[in-house]
Amino acid sequence: MTADTPAAGSRELILSRIRAAVANAPETEIPRGYRRTRSQEGLAELLADRLDDYRATVHVVPAAQVAATVGRVLKERGVGRLVVPDGVPEEWSRAAAGEGGSQIVRDDPPLSAEELNAVDGVLTGCAVAIAETGTIVLDAGPGQGRRALTLLPDYHLCLVRIDQVAGILPEAIGRLDPARPLTWIAGPSATSDIELNRVEGVHGPRNLEVIIIDG
Amino acid sequence: MSGTFLGMPSFPRNAAAAVQDSQLRFNLRKATHTIRDRRLSVVGELPDWAELRQAGKAIKDHTLRHLDTYLLQMEEAVTRAGGKVHWAADAAEANRIVTGLVKATGETSVVKVKSMATQEIELNEALAEEGITAYETDLAELIVQLGDDFPSHILVPAIHRNRSEIREIFLSKMAEWGKPAPASLTDEPRALAEAARLHLRERFLSTKVAVSGANFMIAETGTLVVLESEGNGRMCLTLPETLISVVGIEKLLPRWQDLEVFLQLLPRSSTGERMNPYTSSWTGATEGQEFHLVLVDNGRTQVLADEVGRQALRCIRCSACLNVCPVYERAGGHAYGSVYPGPIGAILTPQLRGMGSELDRSLPYASSLCGACFDACPVAIDIPEVLVHLRSRARHARAERLGMRAAGWVFGKPGRLARAQRMGSRFRRLVPRRLPGPLGGWTDTREIPDIPAQSFRDWWEQTDGGRR
Amino acid sequence: MRVALFITCVNDTLFPGTGQAVVSLLRRLGCEVEFPAAQTCCGQMHVNTGYRAEGVRLAEHFVDVFAGYDAVVAPSGSCAAMVREQYPRLVHAARSSGPRVPSGLAGAVAEMTPKVHDLSEFLVDVLGVTDVGAYFPHRVTYHPTCHSLRGLRVGDRPTRLLSQVRGLELVPLRGAEECCGFGGTFAVKNAAVSSAMCADKVRNVMDTGAEVLCAADNSCLMHIGGALKRQRTGVRIMHLAEILAATEEVR
Repeated sequence: MTADTPAAGSRELILSRIRAAVANAPETEIPRGYRRTRSQEGLAELLADRLDDYRATVHVVPAAQVAATVGRVLKERGVGRLVVPDGVPEEWSRAAAGEGGSQIVRDDPPLSAEELNAVDGVLTGCAVAIAETGTIVLDAGPGQGRRALTLLPDYHLCLVRIDQVAGILPEAIGRLDPARPLTWIAGPSATSDIELNRVEGVHGPRNLEVIIIDG
Repeated sequence: MSGTFLGMPSFPRNAAAAVQDSQLRFNLRKATHTIRDRRLSVVGELPDWAELRQAGKAIKDHTLRHLDTYLLQMEEAVTRAGGKVHWAADAAEANRIVTGLVKATGETSVVKVKSMATQEIELNEALAEEGITAYETDLAELIVQLGDDFPSHILVPAIHRNRSEIREIFLSKMAEWGKPAPASLTDEPRALAEAARLHLRERFLSTKVAVSGANFMIAETGTLVVLESEGNGRMCLTLPETLISVVGIEKLLPRWQDLEVFLQLLPRSSTGERMNPYTSSWTGATEGQEFHLVLVDNGRTQVLADEVGRQALRCIRCSACLNVCPVYERAGGHAYGSVYPGPIGAILTPQLRGMGSELDRSLPYASSLCGACFDACPVAIDIPEVLVHLRSRARHARAERLGMRAAGWVFGKPGRLARAQRMGSRFRRLVPRRLPGPLGGWTDTREIPDIPAQSFRDWWEQTDGGRR
Repeated sequence: MRVALFITCVNDTLFPGTGQAVVSLLRRLGCEVEFPAAQTCCGQMHVNTGYRAEGVRLAEHFVDVFAGYDAVVAPSGSCAAMVREQYPRLVHAARSSGPRVPSGLAGAVAEMTPKVHDLSEFLVDVLGVTDVGAYFPHRVTYHPTCHSLRGLRVGDRPTRLLSQVRGLELVPLRGAEECCGFGGTFAVKNAAVSSAMCADKVRNVMDTGAEVLCAADNSCLMHIGGALKRQRTGVRIMHLAEILAATEEVR
């Protein structure tokens, strides 16, 4: 059998097996007594604390200091070539190139995987963040770029506005569009495969730095 | 994984060998105890864990009750989003479909994201027969593949290996599969992770076809969701031109909103984290990729037909039951002779494969019914209940059947029990220190209690309950 | 209140002293205890080993024998859990797949189950006592046993009772909530794993330095105790009832 041989027989077979199997099964009510929201207080601190727990580097700064912080952290790390997707505020990329001393790389025309692999870092915004679980969600929208951009470079600098921060996971789910490709990030790449202990740094970016813009 | 579990002896024989393996016992004790504590602390942090667990259970039950409807909804949504959906009634058909899809691309290698479904159907072996090499990219799967070994845990297939063993495998085997490990490799977990990163980076950049599983499928939107830690999943899902996802039909959730429950239950139960490092979701053909979804039955509808046993299909493969199981901790995963070890394996394997082999018949008995698995299960699968249920369906050995029938006869009437007790008391001095046959398993390591001169019922009758 | 003692077949046959202790303890607390002599076994071994039909027959016998009492007290968490947790399922499962189920059994079981108590539940919840006036001047560690803990969910009732015993020094047991490896026929069918589990339990017991290992289930105690004795550890086993029955006068 080849890939394009229709397997209509199996489709009907599986569906009929299911119908026979559940014919007498009871209906179930779904109780949703779990928390759906959390108070909006202290979200920046909670998010920072939880990300720090995963060994991400976190800064909480007011809007006026964002550009300066971007420049400073890039300079400190010595990030040479930095990919910046479309839609990232001009002010941030200017700071990256200026005080940060990074060479800005654009994904236009799209970089090949090899080219992207040769880049040192990436600067993005995000779609949503979740304070309680220390999670940032990218949806490949403006200021975030396609998924590979935040995957191949070894350093990811992500900026999160406080109005993008949800308290708990159910609040975030409601804000996201499943039709878009989503990447949820909770700390740098890690593994628990060696003796079930978490160690950071496998295939994804080994360094995650987050600037939370609060105020 | 390079071999097959077929033809393994029964669980008690496998386990008897495993309990004497000092390295295995040491590795498992350390790993399971580490994860137990972590799970308890992150689960304890959520004030609404019980409510999430009840919701998770109910959502799964509801989905299973209407699985036909939701599968059709899923098919329609994926197709609408530019993906192609295939249906596989069994492992052979799933393997034929995937092999055909890979061949159609003209490629001879694929990268793989860790997936229980593809292990279950032994996809790698099927691909190899057709000249296609499957490269496992999850660190633990890589360790298993390089070591020509079997997986022994759902989440951490190489849990039976410690850091020194992993280093040795990397040093001796990586060169055969691609970029060799650096000669100076140490057994520091960070160094081992780095070696895996270097070994696989080229592979990720050049391979054009990926095979994945999925943790969840959302029927209303056609979305697939993969949770992972290392970024190998993102590599496979993002970079190749063709993505083939092989998913068991029970992985469905009706609505996008349902993820708000499961994305809380799964990471805390499996790796003991508030959230795993990376979760990817995509709907249909994404960012120019060709996308195929292979829906696999392979025995699941048979499980669904069992009123008690069907709750096993709620499983979200978190491994919490393995990590808390005292039997798993001592026997290890290989003893279960299946890609699904531990308590969940003991109820899932005999249902998926049937109880034709001695091994599969022995699995429902691979438990002391202590109930730790049920307490840990984030979707409240009553594993002890299913174990007992499956035991009632198992074929029993003749000698045991006769013994049980005799015991049933004695317990049938109090007079018979009293006579048997008096007989025991009369000959109590003659009971040997070591019992014969299977009962010797008891006296090998424990004394048997002294038989009293008088049973309680005789004492009561003789003394009028101690009043005389 | 008519209180029936459900002695359990294991205690009846091998540990009559535990039954006698329950009787003297409950009498001391003002209860009139009856022993329905027609009782035999709850059927746990049969059901848990996969012999459902025998289990249903024994369940039927059980509810016949104990119908009409206000409370049924068992000095075994496991057997109490069998009746309370497993009987309703057994009847349901048997009805939908196989053995003959007498009409009325489901109803009789539903009526019976709320009246069945493990000893510690009966003392704390029904009689409302935690200080039973016992005296036992020894160093004791307590193993909670799986079916008391995760079947009946007796929680800290047994240790609350023990901590009120005069002279008793209660020392915590590391890994207390882990199974000892008994598991009924599991101990024979999977003797190697069972022994390995028991070895760890024994080590934890030894680490406490206790003289006495206490539990509310003689099956588990028989298992751990069998290993304690084989290894000549000098640690003795005692059922919770026996410690609670001990008084200065009796000593």
